[in-house]
Amino acid sequence: MTQVPMEHDHHEAGLHGHDVHDAHHDHPKELGHHWDNLNQQFEAGKLGMWLFLATEILLFGGLFCGYAIWRGNHPDIFAYGSQFLSVKWGAINTCVLLLSSMTMAMGVTMAQRGNKPGLIICLVLTLLGAFGFLGIKYVEYSHKFHEGLLPGIAFYEKPSDSHIWVEIEEQAGDQQETSIATDVAESKEEAELQMARADLPVMPAAEATTNEPAAIGPSGLNQSRVVQEEETYRVFYKEGRIAAQEDQAAMAEYAEHPEEAMRELEKHPLQDPDRPPNAQKFFTIYFLMTGLHGIHVVVGVIVILWLIYLTFRGRFSPHYYTPVDCGGLYWHVVDLIWIFLFPLFYLI
Amino acid sequence: MTTIPVPPSQPVTPELARDNYLTYTRGIWSWLFTLDHKRIGVMYLCGVLSMFFVGGIFALLVRTQLLTPEGAVFNDNANYNRAFTLHGAIMVFLVIIPSVPAALGNFVLPIMLGAKDVAFPRLNLFSFWLWMAGAVFFILVLVNVDGGLDTGWTFYTPYSTTDGMAFGGVLWAVIGVFILGFSSIFTGMNFIVTIHRLRPPGMTWFRMPLFLWALYATALIQVLATPVLGITVALLFMERLFGMGFFNPALGGDPVLYQHFFWFYSHPAVYIMILPAMGIISELISVHSHKHIFGYRFIAFSSIAIAVFGFLVWGHHMFTSGQSQLINVIFSAITFSVSIPSAIKVFNWLATLYRGSISLNTPMLYALGFIVIFAIGGLTGLHLGTLATDIHLHDTYFVVAHFHYVMMGSALIAMIGGMHHWWPKMTGRMYNENWGRFGFALVFIGFNVTFFTQFALGSQGMPRRYATYNGMVLTDLYHLYHVISTIGSYILALGFFVTAGYLLHSIFAGKRAPDNPWGGRSLEWQCTSPPPHDNFKEAPTVGDCYDYSVLEWDESQQGYKWREDIERPGNPHVSGKDGHA
Amino acid sequence: MSHEHTEANIEHHHPKGHEHAGIGHAVPMWFLAFICAILLILTGITVFSSFVDFNEWHMPEMNLTLALIIATVKACIVCLYFMHLRWDRPFVSFIFITSVILLALFIGFAITDTKEYQPLVDQNDSPLIQDRLTELGLEK
Ligand code: HEM
Ligand SMILES: [Cu+2]
Repeated sequence: MTQVPMEHDHHEAGLHGHDVHDAHHDHPKELGHHWDNLNQQFEAGKLGMWLFLATEILLFGGLFCGYAIWRGNHPDIFAYGSQFLSVKWGAINTCVLLLSSMTMAMGVTMAQRGNKPGLIICLVLTLLGAFGFLGIKYVEYSHKFHEGLLPGIAFYEKPSDSHIWVEIEEQAGDQQETSIATDVAESKEEAELQMARADLPVMPAAEATTNEPAAIGPSGLNQSRVVQEEETYRVFYKEGRIAAQEDQAAMAEYAEHPEEAMRELEKHPLQDPDRPPNAQKFFTIYFLMTGLHGIHVVVGVIVILWLIYLTFRGRFSPHYYTPVDCGGLYWHVVDLIWIFLFPLFYLI
Repeated sequence: MTTIPVPPSQPVTPELARDNYLTYTRGIWSWLFTLDHKRIGVMYLCGVLSMFFVGGIFALLVRTQLLTPEGAVFNDNANYNRAFTLHGAIMVFLVIIPSVPAALGNFVLPIMLGAKDVAFPRLNLFSFWLWMAGAVFFILVLVNVDGGLDTGWTFYTPYSTTDGMAFGGVLWAVIGVFILGFSSIFTGMNFIVTIHRLRPPGMTWFRMPLFLWALYATALIQVLATPVLGITVALLFMERLFGMGFFNPALGGDPVLYQHFFWFYSHPAVYIMILPAMGIISELISVHSHKHIFGYRFIAFSSIAIAVFGFLVWGHHMFTSGQSQLINVIFSAITFSVSIPSAIKVFNWLATLYRGSISLNTPMLYALGFIVIFAIGGLTGLHLGTLATDIHLHDTYFVVAHFHYVMMGSALIAMIGGMHHWWPKMTGRMYNENWGRFGFALVFIGFNVTFFTQFALGSQGMPRRYATYNGMVLTDLYHLYHVISTIGSYILALGFFVTAGYLLHSIFAGKRAPDNPWGGRSLEWQCTSPPPHDNFKEAPTVGDCYDYSVLEWDESQQGYKWREDIERPGNPHVSGKDGHA
Repeated sequence: MSHEHTEANIEHHHPKGHEHAGIGHAVPMWFLAFICAILLILTGITVFSSFVDFNEWHMPEMNLTLALIIATVKACIVCLYFMHLRWDRPFVSFIFITSVILLALFIGFAITDTKEYQPLVDQNDSPLIQDRLTELGLEK
């Protein structure tokens, strides 16, 4: 074997402390017993942190993959859903996080210079940024919760406290109610039909295309041609009837709340006929991604508080500040992910 | 972490002549809170082996059930489902994945490297605790909390996420898997940083024993693949609990996507199992044939190549899942390329054996057994990677046989071989060599009888995961094969009991082990058996770890020692002398 | 951005002992503020660009593409300067980039696959959702 040049730092590493007696000479208390010097330990800590950050990227990566697939296949859902997010608050939050990232980076510089008050100021500012971010997120989330803009199946429940939801009674008169009754009856019938079909093997017809409207079956796949035609007929029939209802409803609504009806965008998505199918998917992925990000911010808050405590205890010096550096790296990754989340959800 | 009792810097019993890591401090807490990588490795080993016992019980239950076409054990098929699920999940997540890296790797890696410990001892201990926490969740599932777990170890959606289909225990199990995932990630992080930052002077990349290269490649996979498992099971959890609909077609989700997520981790995960096993085999083959390893760099780089390719083939588990034809073809093609680096290793081992002076010790027998079994396991993987044949073979016993050949027959057998190899170092005792050979014979024969029949069974169309097989066209044929397979599994179990017996016996009554019983050249054979607390009393001599010409047999020690006519380089910086090949 | 690069280079030439006596590379405060200003400006540009209607120029996906390009640039700046990658060992960047490449692979394969079988997937609200809507009296 040819000898490969040793890595840079090992030249400085000296005897590597194998000699037990030597190891205790000049061994600062921050230095673990298996290290030769503080620089080696610092480099190792940082490498470990970066490896951890790589795992964070891949952890979020699963959700980014989900986002890419859903958006790639259904851009309409995302275009529709993002209307319900506020660009203003999203942009403010981006700025808050960027600023707190800056103060964190400044904190590392302060630690490197041994400036304890400076480090504390920087950490506290970063902490304020984190709280600011969480506060704004809280406002945004609670708005969504009140409106019932929730992930998954919860989306299809009546919002708890919405100001754009229009009660059905207001929408239309008795006529509406009777037609609802028929609808219910019909959908029961339909449900039974589906139960009967659920066991059938689901084999898509070769001609099946995306724009054929009908479909049933728990697997979400199109059924055979015959079933499709039958369905197509039924759906067209229903659509015609619903369109007529909607006209009536819109007129009734306009009579009562002219100002509401004029603001198209403010229609509750459940009551919006233009809502694309499976519109809840936007909110599912929105909550999953920002939720996981939010958890990371909360962890970041804990880390920063701990760093502030350690700083007060005078643990850090220009020769030992690995926790500050690693905490900082973590915080920057939280920022990094938000840099992508912001345009992906708010700006489309 | 101020509560962790810091081990005193002096041994508790200074009068003890042999100060070693086992006697350094005493008491259960000095083990549970130890920061010593050797103790953590030993604790992992104990944990892994006890879970192996539990998983093995379930395996025997499953095999016994299949003795008759109507099912000989469970009167409720759900119990059969629970049994094979627990068997699979325990064996994969609690046994094989941590077995070589976390148990043997933790013990051996720093010593082989010439370091005093892994880079982050606290993280190492934390990782072990996480393993225990994960095990607790599996034990909960084992006692049928929320109906237990019956999804198979793969947790496929929408079955696993639909209330009223799979039992609710899946929620507990995936929490366990999530935790175990992080345990594995932390071990991997620790190994990468240790190898990068704690190599002593003279220990260059290309002087590292191949086991370290293998552990390094494994650690890369652990760090880069496991987080995806984490998010997968987290999504599964949210899905089942809150109806998120990520993988649920009724909510616009995509069940095939679940399989992409799962196999993006789980295919690389099979390399987490096999790569370190291959590393062990490289050591065993070279040491026990007393011959320099052939093609060092090829073996080293093929580890890395396998790690890289391992990320590109996950779709071969999804050929029949509704995955599109285009992607099927791509994945099938890439799958074949994985066999190239695997084959490189096998050929290099064979070349190492060629004209070596082979001692047929127990570890060597396991290594030779590995080569045979892995060849069969790997080659049948190619049948499965071929699109047309996989349509027939998928979800039959052929797949079961394939992955037992590679997971049990290769990964686990290598781990047992490695355990025998390092047993003298770990415990300071020698086991009885003849019993060892006898145990190996039982294991090897039992294994092949059990699983080779399953290739036949599968190619005749017997589906996997069926509790009964009566009333099928080929029931009689299946019955015959199942009986043979079950008998084989009993032989296998006997082999493991024999092994456990003589190993335990050796701890209490075995001969004292010399420092270097096999004539190994890597650094762990330079320290005492068992090693002292700080691994090395004096700086080890770093040289070519496969050059055995400098060692000779020492009758008085019953072990190998440095040749007297060759000057031993005292200074680790001086390495030019001790002959490089 | 060449200005910034020269600055960084100057920094790089005397990494140790100049600014501080300890270990690691200390980045001056004004430089961090400068980087942050760039990031804020880039954020402004993203928001602004999202209001431009690229459809008029027949570039339908341009909004997203542009936003992602800017986000990537921002991410690189954060990594290079806030996270000190610029002064760190190459292996650290290697690990990080590898994770991103793997992610790209994962997404690439998965999305290619789903796109392929998309025609087989029903694009409408499923019966489950329709039932829910019916219960709310909101059939569409
Ligand atoms: C030469 C290399 C290999 C090739 C080409 C290969 C190929 C395959 C293929 C195509 C399948 C899917 C079969 C099916 O479900 O229809 C499969 C299944 C499997 N392989 Fe391999 N394999 C190889 C090595 C390994 C190794 C080294 C391990 C583990 C240590 C392993 C573990 C498994 C497992 C656990 C399954 C079944 C998973 C399940 O469905 O439960 N394979 N293999
Ligand atoms: Cu695979």
